[in-house]
Amino acid sequence: MANKEQVFDKVKEIIVDQLGVDEEEVTSEASFIDDLGADSLDIVELIMALEEEFGLEIPDDEAEKISTVHDAVEYIRENA
Amino acid sequence: MITRAVVAGLGTYVPEAVLTNQDLEKIVETSDEWIVTRTGIRERHIAGNDETTSSMATEASRRALRDAKITAEDLDFIVCATNTPDTIFPSTAARVQHQLTEKPIPGFDLQAGCTGLIYGMETASALIKSGKYRNILVIGADKLTSITDYEDRTTAVLFGDAAGAFVLQANDNTEFGILSSYLQADGRGGDLLIQPGGGSLMPASKESVETRQHYLKMNGNETFRFAVKALPEAVEEGLKRAGLEVGDMDLLVPHQANLRIIDAAVRRFELSPERVVINIDRYGNTSVATIPLALQEARMEGRLHDGDVVVLCAFGAGLTWGSNVIRWGR
Repeated sequence: MANKEQVFDKVKEIIVDQLGVDEEEVTSEASFIDDLGADSLDIVELIMALEEEFGLEIPDDEAEKISTVHDAVEYIRENA
Repeated sequence: MITRAVVAGLGTYVPEAVLTNQDLEKIVETSDEWIVTRTGIRERHIAGNDETTSSMATEASRRALRDAKITAEDLDFIVCATNTPDTIFPSTAARVQHQLTEKPIPGFDLQAGCTGLIYGMETASALIKSGKYRNILVIGADKLTSITDYEDRTTAVLFGDAAGAFVLQANDNTEFGILSSYLQADGRGGDLLIQPGGGSLMPASKESVETRQHYLKMNGNETFRFAVKALPEAVEEGLKRAGLEVGDMDLLVPHQANLRIIDAAVRRFELSPERVVINIDRYGNTSVATIPLALQEARMEGRLHDGDVVVLCAFGAGLTWGSNVIRWGR
């Protein structure tokens, strides 16, 4: 898979689009719920958008562990 | 000569009593803000103790018959989509027939979750196209509050009661009517949305009642995920079967289960607000009745014109999903 920066940039783009937040808010440590104002349904949609973009399927139990931008980037780098 | 099923009449019934989000705050641990942001629902109508699925269905049917300017005796078939029949048997269709007229009319109940209305329209359309039937009543009626668990904060806020009915009529030479349908079901997701008790798998027992198995259970996040995918797929596939595209669609009438699901489809298709009907804020999820309710509202507001391409689309327990594509007019 592509390098970390490329994955991060793409993930950031999707988060900005899905959650309607500013780019600067999407730091690696940002938590979807606590920092980016997402609720559980936002996260479902976000996971679906990531799946579509990176051509992978994220099982429920794995999706539950993804709570920060960093978690999402790492999961994609390891699995895509 | 093409025989098509045209919508000759439409009627709806909504019970009088209203349950607001503020009312629910007193029953379960929830808040108006939580409900509105996650579902778009502000209030729903609740059937009285003296009202049943068949009584609501009968009233909606009377109104549809008046709209079609025919009488119950003119009907030659009744398809009743419901998930909360008055009794498992006899059918709600037979009860409605009995409440409408002395004359026997064949009919049956159809259970396909919230997609039942879509299934009913396709079934009736096929019966009409067979040439054997000319006037069919298609009902969508549910008293979901009869299986709603008001101790479960995740589902208690979602549901309301209502009924709708279409009179579908054979027309032998018309551009109007049901152009195509798309039906789908996949039992793999059956447990996501289920009433576990009361069937042959788990007959009613003291234990099944005590453990609340006769109430509707839903895995909200997974059902949401399914619906966000199913709605656009059903719209696109239904249109494709009519030789049309999303750009040809004048009005989308989606099942009103959650505003967030509709919003996702609106974003995906880049629909302007006048091309989609939304009334979930005032009725909640009334299952198979949401589409007749929404369509009737659009019609009353003058949003339906002869020749318009109207897409009815739903998703629900089964899992099931599907759509009907109609060229509006009779």
